[in-house]
Amino acid sequence: MNPAVEPSDKELVELRIPSRPEWVALARLAAATVANRLHFSIEEIEDVKLAVAEACTAVIQHDGHGEFIDLTCEALSDLLRIRVRDSGRHGLQRAEAPNMNFDEARIAGLGVFLIRTLMDEVSYDVSPQMGTDLLMVKRLTSPTDH
Amino acid sequence: MDIKVNVREAPGDCYVIDLSGEIDVYTSPKVKDAIGELIDRGVYFLVINLEKVRYIDSTGLGVLIGGLKRVREHGGSVNLVCTNPQIKKIFDITGLVKIFGIFESEDAAMKALV
Repeated sequence: MNPAVEPSDKELVELRIPSRPEWVALARLAAATVANRLHFSIEEIEDVKLAVAEACTAVIQHDGHGEFIDLTCEALSDLLRIRVRDSGRHGLQRAEAPNMNFDEARIAGLGVFLIRTLMDEVSYDVSPQMGTDLLMVKRLTSPTDH
Repeated sequence: MDIKVNVREAPGDCYVIDLSGEIDVYTSPKVKDAIGELIDRGVYFLVINLEKVRYIDSTGLGVLIGGLKRVREHGGSVNLVCTNPQIKKIFDITGLVKIFGIFESEDAAMKALV
């Protein structure tokens, strides 16, 4: 394994997966690999894996998702920026869709809650034209500690 | 990536489900089926052993919550065995530690069922 990312480096990994459950593991593995290139702790890498998986799962589990999910992982000197995009016509907001029963909505909401809890910054846009565009950031808390 | 599910009978009209691997949107239906089959057979006291689970996401949590809800309708219970700190963390931050009995050993989980 090559040394971790130097402060002046920037590494970008882009991955397109089919919007199907069997491909989510690849998305989280890719994100974990990029997180590992920075000096994140094992626990932080697990946080990143879960957040990416929850984002992909949220897209896949709702009607009208696109054929593919595009994952972009950008390793900067002190943070990891991850973007999850879907060209479907629905997305994370469907977690509160009225056709879901109460339990389904709560569990879908759990995924969004986990993303918000585990990552330092989260924002997303959902539009009928563009689908879902989720951006999340995980910052290195104390690089020298890892 | 896969999940292995092993179901075994234990003393006291309860069953243990051993899970090994990763529980996510792809594998959680297999776990849901295993729990559902037991409940359909009238088994309402379950210990689900997560000691060998390396990863769980909200779909996995949803399956466990669904199983717990079903057995409680029959006066039953589900206890979990969990020693992996990363898995325990997920139960902590989602508040599910207040809903499930979570134990360090199978013996403790079994004893607490009845």
